[in-house]
Amino acid sequence: MSIDAPTLDGAILHDEIVAARAPWIRRIATGQTLRIVDLEGNQAVDFLIYNAHDDAERYSAQDTIAAQANIYLRQGAVLRSNEGAPMMTVTATAVAWHDTIGGACSVESNTLRYGHHTKSQHACVENFLLASAAEGRTKRDIVSNINWFMNVPVEADGTLGIVDGISAPGLFVDLRAEMDVIAVISNCPQINNPCNGFDPTPVRVIIAG
Amino acid sequence: MTSHATTADPRGAQSHARAQAGARAEAMPTLPPSQAQDLPEGVSGADVVWDEVIAGGGYASRRLARGTRLRLIDLKGEACVSLLLFNAEQPAERLNVADTVKVQWNAYLEPGRLLLSDMGRALATLVEDTAGTHDAFCGASNRASNGRRYGDGFNHGAHPNARDRLLLGAAKFGLGRRDVHPCLNLFKGVRIAPDGATELQAGPFPLGRHVTLRAEMEVVVVLANCPHVLDPRSDYVVSAVRATAWRGPTTPSDDPMRNASPEGLRAFLNTEDYYLR
Repeated sequence: MSIDAPTLDGAILHDEIVAARAPWIRRIATGQTLRIVDLEGNQAVDFLIYNAHDDAERYSAQDTIAAQANIYLRQGAVLRSNEGAPMMTVTATAVAWHDTIGGACSVESNTLRYGHHTKSQHACVENFLLASAAEGRTKRDIVSNINWFMNVPVEADGTLGIVDGISAPGLFVDLRAEMDVIAVISNCPQINNPCNGFDPTPVRVIIAG
Repeated sequence: MTSHATTADPRGAQSHARAQAGARAEAMPTLPPSQAQDLPEGVSGADVVWDEVIAGGGYASRRLARGTRLRLIDLKGEACVSLLLFNAEQPAERLNVADTVKVQWNAYLEPGRLLLSDMGRALATLVEDTAGTHDAFCGASNRASNGRRYGDGFNHGAHPNARDRLLLGAAKFGLGRRDVHPCLNLFKGVRIAPDGATELQAGPFPLGRHVTLRAEMEVVVVLANCPHVLDPRSDYVVSAVRATAWRGPTTPSDDPMRNASPEGLRAFLNTEDYYLR
């Protein structure tokens, strides 16, 4: 399948494969673009961003939703901070929409959703905590995140859930930084729902600018 | 008001200050709370631990013991209460709005729904709800959004924003900007359209709608009463809300709301496990 992605402006500054189940953290300067490629298809990429100069300002799903009056992240979506400021823009994506209401899987929420037999399984909050701990952030800094390539429909009566994805091998999302940010990824290790097709796989991250 | 000869000396200033005794305002607490009026049937004044009318544009924060019931009444039909919840013992544990909707497989609050923490525990249960219009998606207004709609959004001005109100409420417990987590909005609702659009339910609503929460853990609750961030009106319209809390028993093992779903039951099991000590 063709990625059909636009050519990235500027130099390629970083190009890395993030292993299945792994965390990733990187600073991205204003104007640079982060491209995330869903290499094998339907791999949820849990994503948080912090203002690189004041990390108490961070991505806010609720501010993002309120400002665009829509829960889905589509091409053109502006990712906003808890103080309402644009942090990144979805400049291009080959996937019709992405999720920002489903949150991250955690050891603790897995015990609710699937049962206590899952308590020893790896989870996205573990990745977020460890990646952020290296820079001094803690559990207080983990907030509702984005799930690139994940599909969470909401039905008329409010029923919602993580269902089969609408991504495919090679599909991508491009994010232009509107401020200097720290981007944190958890390449989701979940095996109890379809967000990774029950088989976590690697993703590719490219920074250009 | 009593007239004063002078406030130029401490005694005169004291007399002037004390002359306010007995003054009433629409928004104020009842002290002692046992004097609260219009309590729910069966609730004794002796069990009331908090009674306060919170102004439109105002806020409050309070620690509530496990089993406490908290009733919020939209007195005049224009309240919009943004709510944060923390585990009072270790506030790094707090309400997780995403888990609350995901774990319960539903976007909308209704009686029996749990407010879940990020540690897989039930912080509170929505035990009564005569409103039915609430919002888990759009969060708090902020200084910038109020500035665009009303001209300014400062706490010291006429259009306080919900985020700064939540920050003040959290600050009273030593918490800070990192602790103002995604919130729930009560009384103004948001429904999700098939294309994902957020549709505001702004009223007009009848007076006196209420919700009652049951604290399943020792919690700090932070309430900010500011216009909904999607409220399209150019005027800052928000009316007072009354908060009343009273002592109640810890949820027993045969409680129907505890046992209503397998996910919710496991949240209660985790909460009960936390309190084994």
